[in-house]
Amino acid sequence: MQLTVWTYEGPPHVGAMRIATAMKGVHYVLHAPQGDTYADLLFTMIERRNHRPPVTYTTFQARDLGGDTAELFKRAAQDAYERFKPEVMLVGSSCTAELIQDDPGGLAKALALPIPVVALELPAYQKKENWGAAETFYQLVRTVAGPNAPAPGVERAPRADGARPSCNILGPTALGFRHRDDVTEIRGLLEKLGVDVRVVAPLDATPSDIARLGEADFNVVLYPEIAHTAATWLKRTFRQPMVTTIPIGVNATRDFIEEVCSVAGIGKADALEAQSRLPWYSRSVDSSYLTGKRVFIFGDASHAIAAARIASEELGFAVVGLGTYSREFARDVRAAAEKYGVEALISDDYLEVEQRIVELQPEMVLGTQMERHIAKRLGIACAVISAPVHVQDFPARYSPQMGFEGANVIFDSWVHPLMMGLEEHLLVLFRDDPEFHDDAKASHLASVEGTAERAPQAPAPTPDAIIVWNPDAETELKKIPFFVRGKARRNTESYAREQGLGTISVETLYDAKAHFGR
Amino acid sequence: MSASGAGAIAREGTGCPEPEILRQRGQREVFCGLTSIVWLHRKIPDAFFLVVGSRTCAHLIQSAAGVMIFAEPRFATAIIDERDLAGLADMNVELDRVVGQLLARRPDIRMLFLVGSCPSEVIKLDLSRAASRLSQIHMPQVRVVNYSGSGIETTFTQGEDTCLAALTEHLDTAPADERSLLVAGCLPDIVEDQFRRIFEELGIGPVQFLPPRSSLALPTVGRGTRVLFAQPFLGETAQALAKRGAQLLPAPFPFGAEGTALWLKAAADAWGIPDLEFRKAIAPRRERAQRALQHYRETLAGKRIFFFPDTQMEPSLARFLHRELGAELIEVGSPYLNRQLVDMDLAMLPPGVTISEGQDVEMQLDRCRAAQPDLVVCGLGLANPLEAEGITTKWAIELVFSPVHGFEQAGDLAELFARPLVRGQRLRV
Repeated sequence: MQLTVWTYEGPPHVGAMRIATAMKGVHYVLHAPQGDTYADLLFTMIERRNHRPPVTYTTFQARDLGGDTAELFKRAAQDAYERFKPEVMLVGSSCTAELIQDDPGGLAKALALPIPVVALELPAYQKKENWGAAETFYQLVRTVAGPNAPAPGVERAPRADGARPSCNILGPTALGFRHRDDVTEIRGLLEKLGVDVRVVAPLDATPSDIARLGEADFNVVLYPEIAHTAATWLKRTFRQPMVTTIPIGVNATRDFIEEVCSVAGIGKADALEAQSRLPWYSRSVDSSYLTGKRVFIFGDASHAIAAARIASEELGFAVVGLGTYSREFARDVRAAAEKYGVEALISDDYLEVEQRIVELQPEMVLGTQMERHIAKRLGIACAVISAPVHVQDFPARYSPQMGFEGANVIFDSWVHPLMMGLEEHLLVLFRDDPEFHDDAKASHLASVEGTAERAPQAPAPTPDAIIVWNPDAETELKKIPFFVRGKARRNTESYAREQGLGTISVETLYDAKAHFGR
Repeated sequence: MSASGAGAIAREGTGCPEPEILRQRGQREVFCGLTSIVWLHRKIPDAFFLVVGSRTCAHLIQSAAGVMIFAEPRFATAIIDERDLAGLADMNVELDRVVGQLLARRPDIRMLFLVGSCPSEVIKLDLSRAASRLSQIHMPQVRVVNYSGSGIETTFTQGEDTCLAALTEHLDTAPADERSLLVAGCLPDIVEDQFRRIFEELGIGPVQFLPPRSSLALPTVGRGTRVLFAQPFLGETAQALAKRGAQLLPAPFPFGAEGTALWLKAAADAWGIPDLEFRKAIAPRRERAQRALQHYRETLAGKRIFFFPDTQMEPSLARFLHRELGAELIEVGSPYLNRQLVDMDLAMLPPGVTISEGQDVEMQLDRCRAAQPDLVVCGLGLANPLEAEGITTKWAIELVFSPVHGFEQAGDLAELFARPLVRGQRLRV
């Protein structure tokens, strides 16, 4: 039993819903108690979809449990088939139905529907949303594309002379973090490279599209959390290589292009970076205040790893913490964390993440909507980089994360929450003015926060309570602008510990400043 | 329930013919009772709601709460995992551990609700025993109470009902000869204060509210208690209070000027206040409510309205829209018709309205599309899809989150229904 305040991922059947809802011609019959229909609002409200998800729920109640819930399931599946006439049906259980063990797969088979039925086994007390999405996509691909598989041992015919190389884009789903715009961006990039995109799946794909996945020369795995399992099976079964670089950030996009060109056996196209502004914006003098900003990063594995690379290589931040809630990809995140000399935090416990942020006192948090709340409470700047999604993560404007335009978007959305350029120096200059006293809000936050008092600063961690600040030093510390005060306090205390000092004086404060530099 | 309790709670017939009720079984597009935690926890600021359930339960509450509005919520889920189910861990020991962890983190909590869910009920985890065990450990600091918010037992607002029914068991008994008024059902503090002032002016009292604003100030109940229900979905609470000897004052619900006047009148009659005096006392407020409603009459008069079942407030709201704003009713759906509580509202509905209880959402959508109503009141899963089809909607969930009861909110309540229509007229895009 685990105490959970907020969850990063829903249950696995919500992952299955994300696949069904992304596609056309698929219907999901879910054995579930009354109330589980709440999941519809994720799609209709958060994502603002204009259709109900293609899901029929049995919505059984206590009185049905004494009777025949299996019969209820069969009737729901039969009715759903007749009403929606899907090309493929998914069937499965939510957490409660799993406990009553009605076997939706067997029951659906007994109906002998004239369409393929995919029986999903998604253990709800063990697995979570992304796993459920990956498993559903894999089972669907196996069932629908499987019959077109070449005989084992048969090699792929080489591409015909003069034919353009082709690929599929795998992974984008409903309720994905910027998937809609990422697909547009990467499809455009691939086309500029001279690669045809045959099928994008599951987003907007039909079962017939899935059936012809094997026709493309290779697969581009944009979101491994969703598509890695299916792409691995396609590689094994259809001998389709997979491109696994995730093109988030300028450098990762360059690597992606290189990998695509190498897998497709083509030369690199020119002028792909014409609209890429991040490199110059980051070099322009206005950005110098970004130097060494201490960032804490948390999200799904792909977005967290990508964010760390951008933060470090492209914005000149210091990565002080990196973590993920995607246990399935823990190894990748650990490897990435090692590069930055930090210990990876692998956890789906919101309280633990909060604790880590309090300890590290970063100047910026790159996280999910959950970390946004933590950062807000601690008065730390924050930008959202990953699912779980919020209605704000579906902006009306074009706003990809991937490709060169994605990097431009990331530059803007990460830098805006921080003080604006020279503003930071002005704050130092004017800090005694009434507008800039310590409790005044940063101007760019005033509209969001109203006139409320500043959120209290994170309590200073006191690993050992033996270090005492004398009153003069405490007063001097208060003269330091609030946004670097935490860092000054931490540096001074660690300096005092190093020097074996029990009391911090004004002198210690400035000794520490000289010791650490800015 | 004791015979006398049942007698006390039963209501005189209204003399109206039984309305015909459409009942269909199919997919029910409703929230489960856990959802009511979203407003219950705000009403009782020193209470914590711990759902004992699955990841789905946690995900539901966080989604229904508009996705994480509150940074430090007073609700959480103890997620049952495979170790618990396989018997590798003793679930009661685990629960005690989780509760200990929670209370250590939140020393400000005075009442802890253990909320049952679909999985906890299917595996027959006995939360009432767990609650008394935990109460023994944590009293007097924290009282532990349990109720069910599961989807197999409850829909949406019924979670408040089972919560208040459970609380009723913990109320001290008031002296039998002490007459007092108890208003049952969550009301925003501002509305509670308005009612309190009116009752005071009328000389009705003492007045208590269930739930209270602090779990340390629980109301008392006894044979002298007269109960006015502020919400129509409190059937189990009504039974629990009747068991304690309280008498229900039957009334339509206090929505709109007329509804509020009739509701207050029920209390005034019980206190033997002469009719003329009552009318005089409420007249200024009633007229003010009518003036406020006047703004929205033009927008809503003659509009054809269709209710999907969500809150059990539908018959009462339909009555208000029809009688006070001139709206035409097509279908009034409710997840459950608690006849004991909503009969007077039902009786005030015009003939020819389809009244439906329970749901087959697909068939109901067929009827809705065929009727092409001017306004559909429905849940969040259906609203945008219907809008995309060109049908104007009002989300039902706002009706339980917003202050809508009483004279001073009558205009606000009308505005909630008028806004989507006004918006439709404004937009040229």
